[in-house]
Amino acid sequence: MLRNFCLVALLCFSGLAGAAIDTYEFSDDATRDRFQSLAAELRCPKCQNQNIADSNSPIAKDLRVELHRMLEDDADDAQIVDFMVTRYGEFVLYRPRVSNQTYLLWYGPAALLLIGVIVVLLVSGKRKKAEPGKPKTSLSDTEKQRLDQLLKQEEDK
Amino acid sequence: MRRLIVILPLVLFVGLGLFLWNGIGKDSTKIPSPLIDKPMPDFSLTSLLDEQRVLTVADLKGRPALLNVWATWCPTCKQEHAQLNRIARDEGVTIYGVNYKDDRAKAQIWLDKYLNPYVLNIFDPEGKLGLNLGVYGAPETFILDAQGVIRYKHVGAVDEKVWSQLREKMKQLELN
Repeated sequence: MLRNFCLVALLCFSGLAGAAIDTYEFSDDATRDRFQSLAAELRCPKCQNQNIADSNSPIAKDLRVELHRMLEDDADDAQIVDFMVTRYGEFVLYRPRVSNQTYLLWYGPAALLLIGVIVVLLVSGKRKKAEPGKPKTSLSDTEKQRLDQLLKQEEDK
Repeated sequence: MRRLIVILPLVLFVGLGLFLWNGIGKDSTKIPSPLIDKPMPDFSLTSLLDEQRVLTVADLKGRPALLNVWATWCPTCKQEHAQLNRIARDEGVTIYGVNYKDDRAKAQIWLDKYLNPYVLNIFDPEGKLGLNLGVYGAPETFILDAQGVIRYKHVGAVDEKVWSQLREKMKQLELN
């Protein structure tokens, strides 16, 4: 029982062991925060579902070193992102930039939602028209006359 | 109008289906390189075999060539090496090497042992040139034209099938 408990406890912490560990010196806390946020936003080209902060692959480490160097050289975020994109492509950005190629990605969901809303409105609009209490006026004049006649006949009986 | 609304879901379904179908079987580990049709990045690194000799972009110009990024720690590089030897020897293709994040002595022994298909080898121990080339996994092979512009990139081993594709692309460059 105790053994199983220990095993489960160890497994719970195994995720921590997977995170990449290396040490960087930062000139101030703001730079450290920028390092962490950029490293979390840049995608590792080798192990594709990890960011470069997470990955242990050599290329992710190289990119972290480069990121650290650029931050200490006072590069702004746009320069760093450009540096990565000109080498590894838009792929490295977890949040792709808005461009001709990414319009569908950025605006597709909103467009689908809009289509959905329009369809729902059209369908519900039709339902309302068909609701009882508001009789259809699709009968022609002759049909109306015939209907009146038939109703009169019923009353006369 | 009504008919249009009725067939709209079908149209959307078929469109989405085709879009997703298109993605099936695509190798997601292959990232399109943004460096295609861009000039080879500048560098100033020593030759692997001659520590005194400094190589630059100018050394790679003159005729279409392959630029192969390799290392002794990379098993797939060993796997493709015989093919590179054959291409250089039998077909007279110019192959430049980038010895990527490697040890000079080990790399020299490796070339002695498995033969050297490279016209010249750029020694890039820190991977700086590799970084500028967007290398993320050796081996990677680039096609350079005579002006030193990158025309194509292949990630992974150059086997017979890949080489026939690369050869076609190089032939086109030579015709232009």
